[in-house]
Amino acid sequence: MTANSAERLYEGADWDFATLQRIHDACEKIAKSELGLDVYPNQIEVITAEQMLDAYSSVGMPLYYKHWSFGKHFAHQEAFYRKGLMGLAYEIVINSSPCISYLMEENTATMQTLVIAHAAFGHNHFFKNNYLFKQWTDADGILDYLDFAKGYVAQCEERHGRLAVERTLDAAHALMSHGVDRYPGKKKLDLRAEEKRAGQRRSHEESAFNDLWRTVPTGPLKSASTLSDERRRTLLGLPQENLLYFLEKSAPRLQSWQRELLRIVRHIAQYFYPQGQVKVMNEGTATYVHYRIMTRLHEQGLISDGNFLEFLQSHTNVVFQPDFDDPRFSGFNPYALGFAMMQDIERIVVNPEDEDREWFPDIAGTGDAMAVLRDVWANYRDESFISQFLSPRLMRQMRMFHLHDDPAETAGIRVDAIHDERGYRRVRRELARQYDVGFIDANIEVVDVDLAGDRRLMLRHTVIKGARLNEADAKRVLQHLADLWSYDVSLAEVDATGTLLGEHVSSPRGIPAAA
Amino acid sequence: MHIVDRRLNPSSKSLENRQRFLRRAKALVQGAVKKSAQDRDIKDVLEGGEVSIPLDGMNEPRFRREGGTRDMVLPGNKKFVEGDILPRSGEGSGKASEPGEGDGEDAFRFVLSRNEFVDLFLDDLELPDLAKRKLAEAESEGLHRAGYATSGSPANISVTRTVRLALARRVALRRPSADTIAQLEAEIADCDEPRRSELLVEIDALKAKARRIPFIDPIDIRYRRFETVPKPVAQAVMFCLMDVSGSMSEHMKDLAKRFYMLLYVFLTRRYRHVEIVFIRHTDRAEEVDEDTFFHGPASGGTLVSSALATMHDIVRSRFRPADWNIYAAQASDGDNSYADGDVAGRLLIEKILPVTQFFAYLEVGEAGGHPGFELSGSSLWTLYQRLQAEGAPLSMRKVSDRSEIFPVFHDLFKRRRHQERAAS
Repeated sequence: MTANSAERLYEGADWDFATLQRIHDACEKIAKSELGLDVYPNQIEVITAEQMLDAYSSVGMPLYYKHWSFGKHFAHQEAFYRKGLMGLAYEIVINSSPCISYLMEENTATMQTLVIAHAAFGHNHFFKNNYLFKQWTDADGILDYLDFAKGYVAQCEERHGRLAVERTLDAAHALMSHGVDRYPGKKKLDLRAEEKRAGQRRSHEESAFNDLWRTVPTGPLKSASTLSDERRRTLLGLPQENLLYFLEKSAPRLQSWQRELLRIVRHIAQYFYPQGQVKVMNEGTATYVHYRIMTRLHEQGLISDGNFLEFLQSHTNVVFQPDFDDPRFSGFNPYALGFAMMQDIERIVVNPEDEDREWFPDIAGTGDAMAVLRDVWANYRDESFISQFLSPRLMRQMRMFHLHDDPAETAGIRVDAIHDERGYRRVRRELARQYDVGFIDANIEVVDVDLAGDRRLMLRHTVIKGARLNEADAKRVLQHLADLWSYDVSLAEVDATGTLLGEHVSSPRGIPAAA
Repeated sequence: MHIVDRRLNPSSKSLENRQRFLRRAKALVQGAVKKSAQDRDIKDVLEGGEVSIPLDGMNEPRFRREGGTRDMVLPGNKKFVEGDILPRSGEGSGKASEPGEGDGEDAFRFVLSRNEFVDLFLDDLELPDLAKRKLAEAESEGLHRAGYATSGSPANISVTRTVRLALARRVALRRPSADTIAQLEAEIADCDEPRRSELLVEIDALKAKARRIPFIDPIDIRYRRFETVPKPVAQAVMFCLMDVSGSMSEHMKDLAKRFYMLLYVFLTRRYRHVEIVFIRHTDRAEEVDEDTFFHGPASGGTLVSSALATMHDIVRSRFRPADWNIYAAQASDGDNSYADGDVAGRLLIEKILPVTQFFAYLEVGEAGGHPGFELSGSSLWTLYQRLQAEGAPLSMRKVSDRSEIFPVFHDLFKRRRHQERAAS
């Protein structure tokens, strides 16, 4: 653009597709040349409020298999939306290549600019560069895989009945959060190949089927007791914390299509696994990027003062952090915390104080904020990000304090640390821990199977800090687990010292519908 | 960069999921619908709206942890210093607003559309299985495409099908194509004499063959075939008969109106097209519009037969029983002049009942009355009761309170057991 400052991207609130294109190009110029972002190609889709609600109910994905629970969420959210209790997000962005951003049609031109800068560049860069996404998700394959999943589920419903499929999916959904591999090592998921392999497996089974095998006499079975305990566990791949993986591979009575359904749910869970771990960083990145781009656009005279004020108004709403005693408070606002930390890092890099030099010797005063930030965005997740980059100054600014609530302590809740010299490190460590997946999800593993006896599946919940499982919910989930396993299931709750705190047991509700 | 306009995509992508959810929660939703129907005006109820169902059976369980020692970092410290002990309840403890604890969702509220609501509302109701229904189920006929035929009217020639068959035949019989002949003729122009005569013979043979095998033969010709198929009658007319003489109070009219509304909604679920005819009567009857029907002032004596006669006339002139399903609902406080009984009875038995699907008589009483406990019925009630005992297909109920309207309606149209068997 030949710096004709009078030439605005748009006037007023109206926009059309040409405007969107101009906005995108202007944002892209800043994002690439000034911020040095590296993004997937963008695809911008304009949708209505109803379509936004649709997207909400299927966790933001443009296509998904059919299941009643999505209908439930839709009904629920629609009721809230109609009553005006809930506003809709301005955008949804999908980690795929091309990166799809949904824009609501009723957004004003300024909002569209904000959203494009936020989603199509901020989130997009983060998706493409953060190590978690690189390691765990396959942005190229996800949409094809979802399409395959949708078709496969529909096909299963046709072949095996809707009820049987629904039961399997219900059970799989209940275990979804325990259907992820937490440790890399296995090769990266390639969803396209996965989809192809599922088809091959199926056709191989069909072509290799021969009823004669059933009639071949088998020799005396090798008694399970001849295997040593150790050997048996190794053969079963135990202990295993990916419950869905274990069931898919080892549940004795599942049909092959049921295994495939578990696999689908597991893959999708894996795809979403990183998103929960980088909520603060992801939103912080996007917010920081949109703030930089919008400011720059305003400086270049591409958007008017009035429109810039409109932007600032929604921006401040987004990064608003109520205090703990405010009725609106519901935990840390990831936008607010993320944005504040990004800005703080920029300040430390460009304009450090003595305290910052002491706390962040590596980055303080190096001068190139974008280089530092890009490195941070690529190589950290919430937990490590906070434990490394939360500065004392920001802790003071947000007036953070740490509460320790021990039920055994009758006097009350203790203020363990506050934003002072003695407390900085403890507050930072505790806050980082709040974002640590190791602490967020219950640690539940399959530990053994009683092969010689009643085939009982044994699980163990390692209790941390005395937090036991909710009794009613655990019972329901175990019921689903038992239905898939088709024999009894028991879950022992054990604390760090190995003391048994309690046990839940569940028996299957009769054989699976299609067995 | 691509910009895609998705706004024109078919909407309600999640409709299927919603239906699955409703199917799963059907028993619960139906209970909620019935309950809200009791609390609200019928008019509002049928508008659909928000219902709330218990979450039981609809929940999606996950492993969840609770209790234990908790650590939390919160923003906005104002006066705490390290080592302070905060009481667990009361002001300033910060406990009321802990993150990630909210699950107190024991009831699930959502909005049903009008259609969904009415479907569920009327789900266990069915049109009564009357003997006469067969008569009125006489069907009209419509045309349907039914493949192709070798004979038919020229207007129905199917060109593509004909040409396709002709082509197949020409290929099968090796009809020389015009191109081949043209090629040979071109070759004649520059070739020596012996070859030339050879070619001429060949061309002649080909031309002869082409003449023998026509381009289009009568056996290629196909006609689009249509079949007449019976179509069920998909229209109904609903007659609302009401006594508007002085003895009918506003309350009674209100009861009648509610009943008519339910019947109308019910019929519109079953028929594509429903017409309503309002006939009000004192000692003479007239067809009126809705507003006059319910609110127009009228006075006079009471002759039920006049209304029945008017209805009969209207049926004869406008609603051929072969084309229309005829429903009638009569509301009255039960007064009728004694002398009119016989005339009305005869009219009903001979003229009205044979052509109607269903005839309901609703006797409305004052609020606080005790229908069903009266020792002697009203004159109309006694008359209809006698007819019913003689085997006339009449339905009759007494209503004196708003809350009874739906139960009475429900009772009249309850799905009978033998129908359930037939349906399943």
